[in-house]
Amino acid sequence: MLRFLTRRLLSAIPVLFVVSLVAFGLMWLVPGDIAAEIGGTDATPEDLAAIRERLGLDKPVWERAVNWYGALLQGDLGYSYLLNRSVVDAVIERLPVTLSLAGLSLALATLTGMLLGILAAVRHNTLLDQGAMIVALIGLSVPEFWFGILMIIMFGVWLGWLPTGGFVPLSEDPVGWARSMVLPAFSLAVSQMGVIARMTRSAMLDVLGQDYIRTVRAKGLRARGVVFRHGLPNAMIPIVTVVGVITGVLLSGAVVIETVFSLPGVGRLIVGAIQRRDFPVVQGGLLVTAGIFVFVNLLVDVLYAAFDPRVRDGRGG
Amino acid sequence: MAGAAEVPLAAEIAAGRRRRRAAFLRRLFGHGSFLIGFVIMALFVAIALAAPLIAPHSPIASDYRNLNAPPSALHWLGTDAFGRDVLSRIIYGMRVSLRIGIAVVLVTGLFGTVLGVLASYVRWLDGLVMRMLDGLMAFPGVLLAIALAAVLGPSEANAVLALSITFTPRTARVVRAGVLVVQGMPYVEAARAIGAGHGRIILRYILANALSPLIVQLTYVFAVSVVAEAILSFLGVGPPPPAPTLGNIIAEGRSSVQETWWLVTFPGMVIAVAVLGLNLMGDGLRDVLDPRQIARREGN
Repeated sequence: MLRFLTRRLLSAIPVLFVVSLVAFGLMWLVPGDIAAEIGGTDATPEDLAAIRERLGLDKPVWERAVNWYGALLQGDLGYSYLLNRSVVDAVIERLPVTLSLAGLSLALATLTGMLLGILAAVRHNTLLDQGAMIVALIGLSVPEFWFGILMIIMFGVWLGWLPTGGFVPLSEDPVGWARSMVLPAFSLAVSQMGVIARMTRSAMLDVLGQDYIRTVRAKGLRARGVVFRHGLPNAMIPIVTVVGVITGVLLSGAVVIETVFSLPGVGRLIVGAIQRRDFPVVQGGLLVTAGIFVFVNLLVDVLYAAFDPRVRDGRGG
Repeated sequence: MAGAAEVPLAAEIAAGRRRRRAAFLRRLFGHGSFLIGFVIMALFVAIALAAPLIAPHSPIASDYRNLNAPPSALHWLGTDAFGRDVLSRIIYGMRVSLRIGIAVVLVTGLFGTVLGVLASYVRWLDGLVMRMLDGLMAFPGVLLAIALAAVLGPSEANAVLALSITFTPRTARVVRAGVLVVQGMPYVEAARAIGAGHGRIILRYILANALSPLIVQLTYVFAVSVVAEAILSFLGVGPPPPAPTLGNIIAEGRSSVQETWWLVTFPGMVIAVAVLGLNLMGDGLRDVLDPRQIARREGN
């Protein structure tokens, strides 16, 4: 297990390196003068020179790269002009909102999705199965940001049950926090619920068709025991894979959902920075989000190994 | 294999190919999901192509007596803050979605195939190419596309570029996996033995037989592109106004969502239905093309 862990940890290094390269390269793609973009139309030449110096634009690329990577390795993601603070601070401050949004959605999507998928598999080829799969497919096809706005119109404007946006910290008012998170988390979860439901169904169908399931059935085990003791654990590998992929989708979906619901998370920070051309924040936000995603996938791989001994022995799986 | 005397005539081979193709199409269109998805997408394409003929108004002309007007007999789906007809804007917006979707599918398909083949066929490139793609895939979802589109500047071409860069890695992986399976097949070895060049082996023997997963993947890429274009436009980094896109109609309606629900609701529905259609087509294609599924169907 330890060897597996080390190997997996090491393999994350080249990935993170490419991620950092892309983030660094982004600045290069900006057409025209970045300093002028940041400074705006009323910036004096002195202002522009100051911005260039601050961002290191007056130095050759290799020197910029060395400085940037040097800072990065010390956990310094640069400085935001427009927020007037370090990028790391800005991101860390907003991280809890994004993580709680993504976490809530993940829990919601996994729970309802697996339930739907198991029901569909157990009642294979019945109306229930078809109904569940239609729900999953529709969920999968609905753009989450649009669904979010519809939720606001329905529950916020017409019914007036829930706030139309904004955020209440958990530590201040747990009920208010829950009320402010319900709609965003639900909007974000809907499409992933569909993905998980479909994956769970097909994984369960595969497993339920195996000989050993017939054996436990023949032994006279109750249906529930068959499904949950012998069926589900063996269907977990593909489901866990999907959950790992989905975490990424949720992280990027959070970007849009946070904008729709005015939640002060990392996503909204990045979008705001994009609109204000605050490139260090865009770079830093991207790096942190990608870093979290890489970490989650690492976790998923470790979970695999826990579920399936073949994986950790390197026998494939 | 047939002996020299029994080598089938070219005409017979062609006839067999035609028969197989017809059987394949029959199976495909006999698949309920695919058929429904195909009908939806055919309608979508038809409406987009016929936009100038069927749009009741100009998508950019203002009707100043009807600003933010709810749906009525004159403006079936209402008007926006500039008095522009929402139905007409949606119809023209569908063109943009279709254009971007097709362009992304083509670019992604091309680069995904080239990279996938390079990684699997040229052994020493595999590690390098795959690590690069892994790195790009570490950016979750469409986040990279949002950042790229923002940096490159809002335009249709940049949206295509940003989305293609985002979707190519996964597509290349799919191609690579497919090629790795086919590469070891005896007929590839046979082709090599009779002296076929690399180009011929790759195109004729490997790619032709590894196409199925790519086609399925590209259907989903199309679906994701339609949503992603809307997301880019919604965030203000997609094709710029006043040209209508499904995303920027929603974005413009969002600020006044309390009063103008029609601006948000209808374009979103069109996106959802199009994505549903593409997903249905993708599911159908996967069922019909995936040999594992066929084996399962015939086995049980």
